[in-house]
Amino acid sequence: MSTTTWGWLVLAFPLAGTIVIGLGHKRLARGPAGAIGTLAILLAFASAVASLISLQGRDEHARQLTSSLWDYAVTGSIDARLAILVDPLSVFMALTVTGVSTLIHLYSVSYMKSDRGNARYFAYLNFFVFSMLVLVLAANFLLLIVGWAFVGAASYLLISFWYRRETATKAGIKAFVINVVGDVGLVLGTFFILRHSGTLDFLGTFRAVEGGAFASHEGALIAGCLLLLVGAFAKSAQLPLHTWLPDAMEGPTPVSSLIHAATMVTAGVYLISRMHPLFEAAPAAANVGAIVGCATLLVAGTIALTQTDIKRVIAYSTMSQIGYMIMGVSAGAYAAGMFHLLTHAFFKALLFMAAGSIIGAMAGAQSLDKMSGFKRAMPFTFGCFVVGGLALSGVPPFSGFFSKDEILAFVGAREGWFVALYVVGYVGAFLTGIYTWRMIFRAFFGRPCEEAVELEHGHIAHAEFPTNPANGEREDTDVGFPGPEHVIAERELPMKGAMAVLAIGATVLGVLQIPFVTHVIESFLDPTFEDSRFNAVHPSDGLIWFGMALGTVVALLGIAIAHHVWVRKPGTAAALQQRFSGLHRFLVNKWYFDELIDLLVVRPWAALGSFFRSWFERAVVDGLFVGGATGVVQAGSAAVRRLQTGFLRYYAALLLLGGGAVVLYFLIASS
Amino acid sequence: MDLAWYLVVSALIFCIGAGGVLTRRNPLVILLCLELMLNAANLALITFSRMHGNADGQIFALVVMVVAACEVAVGLGLIVAIFRRKLPIDVDELKELRG
Repeated sequence: MSTTTWGWLVLAFPLAGTIVIGLGHKRLARGPAGAIGTLAILLAFASAVASLISLQGRDEHARQLTSSLWDYAVTGSIDARLAILVDPLSVFMALTVTGVSTLIHLYSVSYMKSDRGNARYFAYLNFFVFSMLVLVLAANFLLLIVGWAFVGAASYLLISFWYRRETATKAGIKAFVINVVGDVGLVLGTFFILRHSGTLDFLGTFRAVEGGAFASHEGALIAGCLLLLVGAFAKSAQLPLHTWLPDAMEGPTPVSSLIHAATMVTAGVYLISRMHPLFEAAPAAANVGAIVGCATLLVAGTIALTQTDIKRVIAYSTMSQIGYMIMGVSAGAYAAGMFHLLTHAFFKALLFMAAGSIIGAMAGAQSLDKMSGFKRAMPFTFGCFVVGGLALSGVPPFSGFFSKDEILAFVGAREGWFVALYVVGYVGAFLTGIYTWRMIFRAFFGRPCEEAVELEHGHIAHAEFPTNPANGEREDTDVGFPGPEHVIAERELPMKGAMAVLAIGATVLGVLQIPFVTHVIESFLDPTFEDSRFNAVHPSDGLIWFGMALGTVVALLGIAIAHHVWVRKPGTAAALQQRFSGLHRFLVNKWYFDELIDLLVVRPWAALGSFFRSWFERAVVDGLFVGGATGVVQAGSAAVRRLQTGFLRYYAALLLLGGGAVVLYFLIASS
Repeated sequence: MDLAWYLVVSALIFCIGAGGVLTRRNPLVILLCLELMLNAANLALITFSRMHGNADGQIFALVVMVVAACEVAVGLGLIVAIFRRKLPIDVDELKELRG
């Protein structure tokens, strides 16, 4: 089979899975739904591997293949086709997405087994994977927008999966609305670019840019790229459109792991990499991307220091790591950004899965304040957490070390003001070490909490009655709420298997790209990025060695500080909190971003809305339009009604008068 | 004799009939006046037929007579029905069709 046929198959399997599970949800609930969902994604992964093999068998300069299934609207000025682009970048993304998704589906089979919405869950999850694959395989802007919006919808469905939790439905709406802001940016950006390039096709657009289509329209290109960045920022949770991501943790933990850590939120990184010829022609927009990514990694890192919800800590760390990727790909470090995307998908999915295991052991509670001393009760989860934490904080030889340092080395090599980003990147790495290990030390070290003690005696704690971890409201275990059983990785083989594979990946994936030794990813992605003008930028040997040493030192320093504060002298945290209470409050409130957006956007719009509801609706719509129309009809009918007296002779007289008038008219007209 | 006089007679009968329809309240009399109007029209038709030397008008007059006969049958039937229901025999009292 040809390479693109494999590409189409990658899309077909998750779609088939969605349809089968969605239509048969009543019969497939509990058992088969999970198996079908996992199998569908596994087959998609196998197809992606096949397309990789087939792609590698081609000549290096013929590795960008498009295949069109159907011409939707092809006219002189627009070429909307149902077409996919199979090239190293999209195959790389498809492999990452399907690979991690397979493991997360496997994990979900156990994690969601007692949930009453089991089949619905797997239908949504398959739909998400399908949407994400549409996004990464799209060959033109149109299909990209379709995939982009589908992903947003799938994310909404899964965040508010437990739809009887008010907090969850609110979080879903918030995520959806902010994502739609991004969609609007993407669509408008597409218009700016389409207007001068004259084609929706990616490769055609890149050729047009190279051919000077924007030579006298540089402003349009910059505006288009900035609008594309708005889309990327909303999807990838970058400042100031990031506030939905921490709230998205209301969804089931595997969803956080898949969508809000490993795949969907990296769509912005993919977008910038895919559009690199545009961004390189509009350096102003690329610089904005780099600065925003850098700001996000720092802001998110500081917020993560003070959060107490274990999933939110990981969510902020996700934001921070995606900040690195956005900064990297905006600065031109495409291969490094993609490499970090891959390693991050592994270790972040792993961390979320491990967090899910602890949450299971805590009977649904997510607060770090309640957790402590799980080290002996959950050795496997602890091991996974340590591996994920070491990879996340960038300790050699774990995967995160190589990928993060490669981004930072490249940014450093750009020189000029990029050095500031380089420095901030290492500050962020230092914070990463602290907040990651703060979480691990608080959850696993110290005196075992009640639940941990109970687990050591072989029982998983069950709360007296289920509650919402966000606000403590009482719940039941019917559909729309989490199921009654709590699961931990130690006792569930599918969870254990999925986590083990991810842990191995998080440990060893660094070998793909060791400085001076291997460059698998860089040479694999080269056909996509060979026209990049940043290919000439190479960090000097000294910078690479310095970066690696610095990265190791700051990571270890961060871990040491965390160890000192939360293990050696447990009172230090409280003392610091009291000493810097203003700063602490500022960070606990997440830099007041929610309040700022509320003040600047939500409230003015709400005021406008209530003005229209109370005044415009009543006076203009009700009064003028509705009232006016009924008034005219009423007055007219009253006048006509008066003619209908019921007197027979009156009708006869009118008849005669009318007849007489007609006769008179003809008489006068004829004379 | 000038044929126009026939038309004058026809117009006079028509006006008498129309006046009767408008002023009388007894449905029976109204029906009679309607007959007058129809016959006035018949007279006019025949006169015009004669005037133009064309037989079409006379055929029309015959058709009008048939229609008039039907109309009288329906009208009298209505009056009988009104009488049977003990309603007043007065068209001004029968005004349920008021808007």
